[in-house]
Amino acid sequence: MKSELPHEMGKTKEIGSVRQPGLPPVIEPGHTFESITDKISSIVLTRKTPWGWFVGFGITFLLTLMLLYTIGYLLVVGVGIWGVNIPVGWGFDILNFVWWIGIGHAGTLISAILLLLRQKWRTSINRFAEAMTLFAVACAGLYPALHTGRPWFDYWLLPYPNTMGLWPQFRSPLVWDVFAISTYGTVSLLFWFVGLIPDLATLRDRSQSRLGRIIYGILAMGWRGSAKHWHRYETAYLLLAGLATPLVVSVHTVVSFDFAVGIVPGWHATIFPPYFVAGAIYSGFAMVMTLAIPIRAVYKLEDFITMRHLENMAKIMLVTGLIVAYGYMMEAFMAWYSVNPYERYMILNRMQGPYAPLYWALILCNVLIPQVLWFKRVRTNVPALFVIALVVNVGMWLERFVIVVVSLHRDFLPSSWDMYIPTLFDWSTFVGTIGLFLALLFLFIRFLPMISIFEMRTILPQAEVRELVDYIED
Amino acid sequence: MDNGQGIMDNGQWTTDKRLDLASIRARLKATQGPLYWRSLEEVAETEDFQEFLHREFPQQAAAWLDPVSRRQFLRLMGASLALAGLNACVRPPDEKIVPYVRPPEEIVPGKPLFFATAMSLGGFATGLLVESHMGRPTKIEGNPDHPASLGATDVFAQASVLTLYDPDRSETVTYRGDIRPWEVFLAEFRKVLAEQRKTQGARLRILTETVTSPTLAHQLRSLLAAFPSAKWHQYEPVGRDNVRAGAKLAFGEYVETQYRFDKAEVVLALGSDFLTRGPGSLRYIRDFITKRRMQIGEGKMNRLYVVECTPSNTGAVADHRLPLRAGEIEGFARAVAVALGVEIGSLANQPITLPVIPTQWIDPLVRDLQQHRGTSLILVGPEQPPLVHALAHAMNHALGNVGNTVVYTDPVEANPVDQMTSLRELVRDMDQGLVDVLVILGGNPVYTAPADLQFGERLAKVGFSVHLSLYEDETSALCHWHIPEAHYLESWSDTRAYDGTITIIQPLIAPLYGGKTAHEVLAAFTDKPEQTGYDIVRGYWKSQRPSGDFEQFWRIVLNAGFIPDTALPPKSVSLKPDWVQRAVEIQKPGGPGTGSPSLEIVFQPDPCIWDGRFTNNGWLQELPKPLTKLTWDNAALISPATAERLGLSNEDVVKLIYRGRVIRAPVWIMPGHADNSVTVHLGYGRTRAGRVGTGQGFNAYALRTSDEPWFGSGLEIQKTDQKYPLACTQMHHSMEGRNLVRSASLEQYRENPNFVHEGESEAGPYPSLYPEYEYKGYAWGMVIDLSACIGCNACVIACQSENNIPIVGKDQVMKSREMHWLRIDRYYAGGLDNPETYYQPVLCMQCEKAPCEVVCPVAATAHSAEGLNDMVYNRCVGTRYCSNNCPYKVRRFNFLQYSDWNTPSLKLLRNPDVTVRSRGVMEKCTYCVQRINAARIEAEKEGRQIRDGEILTACQAVCPADAIVFGNINDPNSRVSKLKAEPRNYGLLAELNTKPRTTYLAVIRNSNPEMTENNRG
Repeated sequence: MKSELPHEMGKTKEIGSVRQPGLPPVIEPGHTFESITDKISSIVLTRKTPWGWFVGFGITFLLTLMLLYTIGYLLVVGVGIWGVNIPVGWGFDILNFVWWIGIGHAGTLISAILLLLRQKWRTSINRFAEAMTLFAVACAGLYPALHTGRPWFDYWLLPYPNTMGLWPQFRSPLVWDVFAISTYGTVSLLFWFVGLIPDLATLRDRSQSRLGRIIYGILAMGWRGSAKHWHRYETAYLLLAGLATPLVVSVHTVVSFDFAVGIVPGWHATIFPPYFVAGAIYSGFAMVMTLAIPIRAVYKLEDFITMRHLENMAKIMLVTGLIVAYGYMMEAFMAWYSVNPYERYMILNRMQGPYAPLYWALILCNVLIPQVLWFKRVRTNVPALFVIALVVNVGMWLERFVIVVVSLHRDFLPSSWDMYIPTLFDWSTFVGTIGLFLALLFLFIRFLPMISIFEMRTILPQAEVRELVDYIED
Repeated sequence: MDNGQGIMDNGQWTTDKRLDLASIRARLKATQGPLYWRSLEEVAETEDFQEFLHREFPQQAAAWLDPVSRRQFLRLMGASLALAGLNACVRPPDEKIVPYVRPPEEIVPGKPLFFATAMSLGGFATGLLVESHMGRPTKIEGNPDHPASLGATDVFAQASVLTLYDPDRSETVTYRGDIRPWEVFLAEFRKVLAEQRKTQGARLRILTETVTSPTLAHQLRSLLAAFPSAKWHQYEPVGRDNVRAGAKLAFGEYVETQYRFDKAEVVLALGSDFLTRGPGSLRYIRDFITKRRMQIGEGKMNRLYVVECTPSNTGAVADHRLPLRAGEIEGFARAVAVALGVEIGSLANQPITLPVIPTQWIDPLVRDLQQHRGTSLILVGPEQPPLVHALAHAMNHALGNVGNTVVYTDPVEANPVDQMTSLRELVRDMDQGLVDVLVILGGNPVYTAPADLQFGERLAKVGFSVHLSLYEDETSALCHWHIPEAHYLESWSDTRAYDGTITIIQPLIAPLYGGKTAHEVLAAFTDKPEQTGYDIVRGYWKSQRPSGDFEQFWRIVLNAGFIPDTALPPKSVSLKPDWVQRAVEIQKPGGPGTGSPSLEIVFQPDPCIWDGRFTNNGWLQELPKPLTKLTWDNAALISPATAERLGLSNEDVVKLIYRGRVIRAPVWIMPGHADNSVTVHLGYGRTRAGRVGTGQGFNAYALRTSDEPWFGSGLEIQKTDQKYPLACTQMHHSMEGRNLVRSASLEQYRENPNFVHEGESEAGPYPSLYPEYEYKGYAWGMVIDLSACIGCNACVIACQSENNIPIVGKDQVMKSREMHWLRIDRYYAGGLDNPETYYQPVLCMQCEKAPCEVVCPVAATAHSAEGLNDMVYNRCVGTRYCSNNCPYKVRRFNFLQYSDWNTPSLKLLRNPDVTVRSRGVMEKCTYCVQRINAARIEAEKEGRQIRDGEILTACQAVCPADAIVFGNINDPNSRVSKLKAEPRNYGLLAELNTKPRTTYLAVIRNSNPEMTENNRG
């Protein structure tokens, strides 16, 4: 039965490494299994919901209602309520789609890749990073579904047998998108849900209310914590992690194909896949940071989400930010090196055209400001990190604006050049999806354990001892 | 009424309140004209009927009380009630019209018929063939046999079919706004006429537009014979008074001047936009352009010099263009005349006040003219004063052009008069109370008359005024009686072409709203007031041909659309020796062309809506104006230098103060405009145009005066701090150094005929991931000759009409969502003050390697076996990816529901062969695939190949310059293949490896080698 133990020796060694001198801990000292379970489950089950939650949820719920109104109006009147036009056929719709998908990437990266790489510090942030992924994918998915002229025919993009004998046009990156996004969404959901099952069982067991017991009971799917359960759980979780890992790279690669396959100057570049993936992780970690810092403060979770986490995330942001900066540099270099007049004009137009302030704001947000992360003093300064994370979120949004809109608004024939001005409905859709995202997140932190209880317990120093005692007693 | 309550109600109706049948009978008897009724209760207007109405149609019940909307309500409800449909049962008139090609008995549902008719503008006819689907005219084509058309039409003719179905057209005779039957009008009118007859019509006035119609002229003459003291006035807001006066000055009589561009090697146009304005312009385009481009291969071309104030299409294609203020052109003309050695007496001594006398312009020009004696041509625009016209006549005489490039004939007009004088007389009489009866046949003088005449106010002094017009417009509102006019597609009439060819207007459809023609209104003056237009026109021609088989003659004429060999014969006229003397006498005090330092104002008809008669035509409103690319508005056009001097920028609202009158107008900076001059276009600022046109733009007539209707100095501009947004479809005017429109001078072309391919990095063929298509049958392709395109926009409207393209409105145009499948890009090169202008019609290139096809996720745009990029509307979900990936940006997207699916009359307008698109669907040029398929069916029926030239796309058919050629590029002998083999042929953005099927022939301009250093001025 030794091999069926949920946690192997190798992991406990790693826990030992947590205590290495010089590195801050991934969990503050003084916690017991009991205290972890209490602290995390109490947020859901016993602690009084803070008034701030109601305010926050109330506001974001109203924003969600605004999104619903916008969608209703959009379906009745048409995409003309947005600012899209000819030549700028894609505006906020696709740029926000890319932005949201990018945000989602951090979740998958933290959950899957860091799991496979045995980065134990991920434990306290993976749960809500995954939730964030899921909600971000939900927001992202709304855009391509709604941006079509006739959304009620969106299912034509799916390969389903029909009497017309028609299939999607498989050369189109949009069809690849459909597969990439739906796979990504499905795997993310499964990964998240599978990871939740042991904790849902804990909630079921600790819930005081009958309704809670029933709902958590159903969701826990009969989890009893037997060794067999644990064994299967670990296998499934690893497999899903393995499945999700390539998705981190593939999804944004496919999304970048939407642009790279097109011939529009500013889109048609081979650098796009790695540049987009790096950008996605960059923005994703920025968003995790944006969310983690306030949650950590409000729910007093500094013990679980420690400076070590924040600093590690800051380092990842620094690395991916540099890759993104390299991408910007290469775009400009290639425009010059190619001697292609359209490419050259494209980059000059970004730098000097009517949208130039946005381009320079993007450089400021994504390239210049994050360079302060080289300093440990900044990486360990929570307010500074929060501000930088926000700045990077804005910067990555601007990057998508520059790629989508600024490339389209002046392409080949100067006669067709025109401006794109987002309308009120563009903003209400965008702000509405932010509202939806946050509303879902509020529900999540209220009704589900936002930090993995059982995984947190495994990183306690006691975990090794208790498990051995249990084993002996068996 | 499906419940007990209802039945009980019914029971009450029949028992409690009996119908008074006798009174109903009386009521019906008393009603004149067709009164349709559905139930006895209705006729009786019983309380029960009223109650029923309130119960069943509560929203509309209020309408019942209002007599105007009651009629509307009844018409709307007509279909749903029991005796509905009576309205539609109007018997077709018993009048024979003859189809052009196929006799009517061959009517096959789905197969259109073509009938010859004509549209006249300013009195001058363009012969047309109108496509009719099951009795509905849907598309206008030019009549290839008609001398003024040769198969081409202008934008006005193309768009006129929309006016026919315009739901805002007036539908009924009204008396002070109240509806009256035609018969009531006739009765009233005849009463009034009887009164007038006593004084021989001394207080009777008729106001018409320019009349060339022989029948109408005959009717008017008979009327004047019956009322000898009555007066017939003519007024055309965009008139040709100066042309007439110039001829009279030079020759002592009115003569018509015609030009023979096919013989002209060197043309000097003085303020003349002869390619797009004036009688015969379509024919002149064909002659001029054919002459221009047919010998390019041999290194020969004609040469065009244009001196003008407001940039025009003619100036845009000129080899040399000189911007001068309108008032300075006279001085220029005198300078040229002196240099040519024309005897102009004391005129030569008058100071020439040009800012800088452009000797480097005049000397080479004069040499060029002198080297082409007999093959040169000098022509003058209708805005220029009579003296300039007379100078041009004298110069043409001196150059020996008369009889060669210039031909004089008798006037085409039935009664040429100085129309401004004529209108002034009428207004004076009205003001003095000398007019009891005024009949206005067409036109809208309250709106179009010069402001100083105060036509509207004086109209109020007329005792009995009648206005015949298509719309209930500004004039109708001030007249007692308004009579809806029949559209020309509903009318019998006749008219004359620029060369005098008598052209018959035959109706394509019975009047939709019972409109009347001017002939029918004039018949009211006679003993047979109920005569139909058909009887009048046919009767007139029968009387003209007492001998011979009239029936056969009539058939031939209707079939052809015109009476052959009725062009006016050339007339020899000679310059009056004293013309210079008289010219000096009539000169205004202060001398000609006074170079006053103040600003000059220039009035021009709008290139899209003309004098305002097309204001309510959405196609024309949304048509980008050829040079400014503005839609839906007019603007005060000023030169860049003047704008800089005055500190103005685009869309600034300014006050234009001219002779004590003020209007507010947005500014638009117009490269190439003469400095210190402001052009305003007529036709906007309507107050009663209809739903489309009312309130668009500003009314330039409010500044126009009768003594200087075209231009005058003394304008003041005051800047305000307001902005007025203008909807422009092309914001960017430079090619940004891209090789889009390729051009060379004739000399450069002679040296290097392959110049178009210089600078192309690689010749190709480039590699492609995807296999090549194989075309076993046809492979369609197109060539557009940019040397021929004059940017007249006819193709744009033809495409709109053929392909059911919706209009989107100003706010959508401002969002860059216009739907034109074919647009004309206009680029400038060179300096701001006098740039070179290039036009480039851009439609779907039908790329061989189409970027749109690859990215469509649902295969809604797919490659056809003949190389078209087919657009499958009902498969399109509207991702707009294809448009993003289209480097030509020719795809158009229905961002909203743009097609009007509700207005009944507009349903008749649609081409049944083309899908009407819904919102959320991408659309684009199809090379008129419906025409290709129609030709294919014909060819397959006859077991042959489609012949070259058998398919004309809509844009090609209408092009007066014959710039567009379409055909099978698999056939090396087709015209399109031969053109593609020319060295001038190139593909737009071909370096992207799109392999466009539409290619262009480069622009060649024949600049004068002596002038090239300071090219184009």
